[in-house]
Amino acid sequence: MKELKILGVVTVFTLILYWGVEPFAHSQMHKHVEGNNFKYADLSPLKAHGDVAKGKTLVTTTCVACHSIESQGIKAPMDAVTSAQTYGVNPPDLSNVGALLDEKFLAHFLMDPAKVTKSKHFAMPPSASSEQDAADIAAYLKSIAPKELKPKEAFVMACGRCHANRYGKWTQIGDVPETKSNIKTGVDLAALDFKKKVGTYQNKLADYMGKLPPDLSIIIRARSEHFLKTFVEDPQSQLPGTAMPRVGLTKEGFEKVKAYLEETGDPSKPLREETGSKVLFFFVVFTFLALLWKKSVWKGHH
Amino acid sequence: MAHFDENARPFSHKWMNERLAVDTLKRVLSTEYWIPKNINFLWAMGMLLAATFGLLLVSGIFLLMYYQPNTQLAFDSVNYTIMSEVGYGWLWRHIHGVGASVVFLIIYIHMFTGIYYGSYKKGRELIWLSGMLLFVLFSAEAFSGYMLPWGQMSYWAGMVITNLFSGGGLHLNGLVEWIRGDYVPGQAFLNRFFMLHVLLVPLAIIGVIVLHFGTLRIPHVNNQDGEEIDFEEAAELYKAGKVKKSKVIPFNPVFLSKDIFVMGVYFTLFFYLVFYHFEFAMDPVNFDPANPLKTPTHIYPEWYFLWSYEVLRPFPTNPGLIAFGFAQVIFFFLPFLDRSPNVAPANRRGLFKFWFWALLIDMIVLTFMGKLPPVGIWSTIGLIAAVTFIGLWIALPIITSKEKKL
Repeated sequence: MKELKILGVVTVFTLILYWGVEPFAHSQMHKHVEGNNFKYADLSPLKAHGDVAKGKTLVTTTCVACHSIESQGIKAPMDAVTSAQTYGVNPPDLSNVGALLDEKFLAHFLMDPAKVTKSKHFAMPPSASSEQDAADIAAYLKSIAPKELKPKEAFVMACGRCHANRYGKWTQIGDVPETKSNIKTGVDLAALDFKKKVGTYQNKLADYMGKLPPDLSIIIRARSEHFLKTFVEDPQSQLPGTAMPRVGLTKEGFEKVKAYLEETGDPSKPLREETGSKVLFFFVVFTFLALLWKKSVWKGHH
Repeated sequence: MAHFDENARPFSHKWMNERLAVDTLKRVLSTEYWIPKNINFLWAMGMLLAATFGLLLVSGIFLLMYYQPNTQLAFDSVNYTIMSEVGYGWLWRHIHGVGASVVFLIIYIHMFTGIYYGSYKKGRELIWLSGMLLFVLFSAEAFSGYMLPWGQMSYWAGMVITNLFSGGGLHLNGLVEWIRGDYVPGQAFLNRFFMLHVLLVPLAIIGVIVLHFGTLRIPHVNNQDGEEIDFEEAAELYKAGKVKKSKVIPFNPVFLSKDIFVMGVYFTLFFYLVFYHFEFAMDPVNFDPANPLKTPTHIYPEWYFLWSYEVLRPFPTNPGLIAFGFAQVIFFFLPFLDRSPNVAPANRRGLFKFWFWALLIDMIVLTFMGKLPPVGIWSTIGLIAAVTFIGLWIALPIITSKEKKL
């Protein structure tokens, strides 16, 4: 009984200590930002009803001047590095846009990109002259988007032109290619060429954004899930003045991106959960056997 | 020369005994190493510490096989190579990270057990002093290890802590540069902390653990009532079969069986933390690579250093450093500042009872404030708690010299 009382005292003090240095301290250190569940409530609901056919005409006559749509066989007018030298950043391929972005956000974005992204110097100019045009384009992009995206496709579309992910072998201009070095000299010219391209792109991007956006390999462990969620939904809410634009992901789109960040930043999660239960089972049995042994050894001592 | 039986088979019991005195060793170190019977589970903390240190050593050896002590490679060797390429590398790392945090929790429980039951007095001073030396060495080990992943908190904690050596108003910048091997933490800095972490400090820890065990031998372990036991008489009783009447038990198997049970409970909790709740031991800030151009918004040490950090922080530079130095060494003086001859649990020792709980609560308050941003009310509470800490130690000799003899 006395031992249980002592255990109680030790446990209470330990828990108070934990509460103070973890949940309480962190609640005081970081400002609390309430998310809006990717509803983009500041943007008014669309009154116009989008027409896919009209949207297609608009897209193929205007958007493709800068953007590729690989799934429709439309190639990019410039490669990534030249684009960065021209605009500061490579415009995204539009094949998957409709699968990740909120339709209302997309339509408002087309009318006034800088305002909707809350980014002071957004490279894309306003590209729809009326809400009807915007709704048509958004409807078309939705119609060509695949139903289901792989986590990496979601990351590449939403984050991948500004953020590298070196653990996922992703650079801002694409996957790191597999190259071979010269067996006599050890020099890998193709790899060096690629590095130079990435470097050129990153320098331009850093000029455009003010700094090089961080590599996201392990961001899933460097920031809390709540931070990432609210930050992606509205970067200004967490970091006022940041150059990161609001990208307009839907909730499902964010979940997909998060899945990729977990793949690269916390790949042991599935194995951890599987191994954990076995190890704990072992120690519970161990403790039970130890208790029996202790009882047999201490017999007659009290 | 000693007598060796020529007919003894190699490695037989007799052969071993003649060469290594295994029977004597076993008797002295285990079956006739006497422990008081009147103890509770807090007496198992030493074994928990030894076991946790073992886990840290083993997991550390595995991590060492892949870790790269290079400012360009360190971060990815930990976060990519070990965490995703090496089979079960994540497990070793999480054991190492959680172990480093939990070991301090057990050290503090072990220390406060010693303070509560007066286990540092009358013949047991060296147990306390060698234990405090272990505390300092474990702190050095934890700090040097924290540098190795070369994340933001590694870098900036390294910057802040090595800056302390400038001695405030003494401006010993040369000393700081000598410690760092550079003007700022860099390659030389990482290399030397790597050496300290994997060689020098662990060697010293192992040596002092042996010393700590050695200091226990003659004064024996204290008991729940601080009762002075005639160990020889009690041992004779035990050996005569009167185990119920005897006040002692042998280390092996009686004490050990209880230790192992406590260890089972402990490891169940420990591995629960390793698998499902390791975040508390692995600060998110350190998952951003070291960046000399970007100071983190909040720089704070790991939880086990927070109380002494908060004794430093609320004061101006020079008094702060003096207070910090005071906090670092004052526990060493406990056996000499406690003037009362009573060896008894704190709750039977008059004012000391209040002193004990006040110290514990004050250190928890300091720990809380050490992590919070030093602004507004937190700053004031921190200052009061730091002054209280110093005040408590000044009061200790006075209140204990007035204590009634039990």
